[in-house]
Amino acid sequence: MSVLVDKNTRLIVQGITGTEGLFHTQQMLAYGTNIVAGVTPGKGGEWVEGKVPVFDSVKKAAETTEANASIIFVPARFAPDAMFEAADAGIPLIICITEGVAVQDMMRVRNYLDQKGVRLIGPNCPGLLTPGEAKVGIIPGDIAIPGNVGVVSRSGTLTYEVLYAMKNIGLGASTCVGIGGDPVNGTNFIDCLEMFNDDPKTEKVVLIGEIGGNDEEKAAEYIANKMTKPVVSFIAGQSAPPGKRMGHAGAIIEGGAGTAEDKINALKSAGVRVARHPEEIAELLK
Amino acid sequence: MKLHEYQSKTIFSKYGIPIPKGRVAATAVEAKHIAEELGGRVVIKSQVLVGGRGKAGGIKLAKDPNEAEQLATQILGMEIKGLPVRKVLVDEAASIDQEIYLGITNDRAAKKPVIMASAAGGVDIEEVAATNPEKIIKVHIDPLLGIRDYQTRDIASGIDLPREYWKSFGEIVKGLWQAYSDNDATLAEINPLVISKDKMVALDGKMLIDDNAMFRHPNLNEMRDLDVEAPSEIEARKYGLTFIKLDGDIGCMVNGAGLAMATMDIIKLFGGEPANFLDIGGGAGADKVAAAMRIILSDPNVKAILFNVFGGITRGDEVAKGILAAMKEVKPTVPMVIRLVGTNAEEGRRLLADADMITAETLADAAKKAVAAAQGA
Repeated sequence: MSVLVDKNTRLIVQGITGTEGLFHTQQMLAYGTNIVAGVTPGKGGEWVEGKVPVFDSVKKAAETTEANASIIFVPARFAPDAMFEAADAGIPLIICITEGVAVQDMMRVRNYLDQKGVRLIGPNCPGLLTPGEAKVGIIPGDIAIPGNVGVVSRSGTLTYEVLYAMKNIGLGASTCVGIGGDPVNGTNFIDCLEMFNDDPKTEKVVLIGEIGGNDEEKAAEYIANKMTKPVVSFIAGQSAPPGKRMGHAGAIIEGGAGTAEDKINALKSAGVRVARHPEEIAELLK
Repeated sequence: MKLHEYQSKTIFSKYGIPIPKGRVAATAVEAKHIAEELGGRVVIKSQVLVGGRGKAGGIKLAKDPNEAEQLATQILGMEIKGLPVRKVLVDEAASIDQEIYLGITNDRAAKKPVIMASAAGGVDIEEVAATNPEKIIKVHIDPLLGIRDYQTRDIASGIDLPREYWKSFGEIVKGLWQAYSDNDATLAEINPLVISKDKMVALDGKMLIDDNAMFRHPNLNEMRDLDVEAPSEIEARKYGLTFIKLDGDIGCMVNGAGLAMATMDIIKLFGGEPANFLDIGGGAGADKVAAAMRIILSDPNVKAILFNVFGGITRGDEVAKGILAAMKEVKPTVPMVIRLVGTNAEEGRRLLADADMITAETLADAAKKAVAAAQGA
């Protein structure tokens, strides 16, 4: 068991012939991910790596291959359309890696996908990794081993850091979910905590947050009331100045709200052990 | 990206929102001419991208063109919160019967735009939100539907606006929605929207535009005021780097925003102070790394540099090549600590073997070494 993706995942790659899409398709195939189709409008009929058929539309790809997930690598200005297209083609799980999607676009996408009951991961995220089963995204496959720790994070490389520190002391992950650093995204912390809580293979959970918004505070409330498994956390941005967007579009302290201190206090009150630095997470899990 | 008051109000007026007669001036003589054209009393308003202009003495009332020139001279020579006043807006003065707050912003928790209004306008809305939250009416808008007429009436009645103004107020709310929506704003705000001699006028205006949407708005990009950004931040943007200058003495170069923040945090945890936030992004090549290093070293406060790169899409050997290229060019004299992990990290380390750098295995170890190096240990 695991959450969201496993060896039964049948994946479409949108933007498969682009530089990023192609590179990560190769990486995902090498990991053993079951990529059943690619989509690049105008390149239908071609093949990628000699085994992945390319289609002109997600609808055609989905009809032909019975795909159940789609990952998006198209540039930011085309990403909203790619998400609408995947949703209209009946894909139940969409992972959008693309960074820099306009926030008003994301509000329209999110509200539309919610009406259709489609689950979205991202955008501006590293995707999903169920070690040993499926890599759906850009998390390097060799930095994590299979295990019983569920990881959910708003960050990319910071998550790699934690997975790697876990691996170094022999701790593995059930699934790692990168939910992304944008202010308006799909799946949030609580969605993932619920999934991990219900997943028999997950015994402990790591939550990696950062400044901006109040998702960590809401997660703390959920943990205090519903979570049956121990949670360890790290919050990035304790030294970030207010009013500045720290790289991620969503990482900003606005009007005194969204500080690391508030989030850490909320999590600690919910019984979460909060690490002082990312490598310490692995220690706290032991 | 922030727009000036005069820019925001010009946009608002295109959407049918009444604004005072007036124009922007870069010199006192110009300000005088505008005052002569307008006749009567005028308001001279500094155009700087910070709040609290009035309290800082950057907004003044002039009774005639001569006083307008005098006050404009004064205000154009000012600095407000570190920003030089390069332009003033000369607006006709309005008599004020009531001040209203009206704003649209993104509610990230609700995943929807929210319209906020209050009869307690003219003051800092965050203060009202903190002290009298019940005085603010909030209405969420479905981004797929846009604003509906009944919602503008709900807002009008919610702030106890007299019925005779509901229609004109409704047009203003819809105009502001369109301005927000068409221009990819993250904030469109009128504070105050006043009732003046039985008419509603937007006396002030503020817009923030989503940087991720600039590709759709080349005209807005031309309005960008570079005064609010440190020169190093502007330089960084040219190379696609995210750089934020801070006050400490340890320069940081990291791939990924979250990891860059965590690297700053750990420097602080071990007793140091970061000089900057710098995310080189994913897949940075040697050119980008070299540019990043030049930008870090242009800060005279920097006493040590910490490189923390966790290779994924970013390759350790490319980062190493960039560092070597930059070292040849800028010949840094400060100690440098490097930690390379992940994709092609070994090759990167081999390339840097002969360079004069302190190496580290873990992030904690790297941070401790950087703090020690900056303190001259």
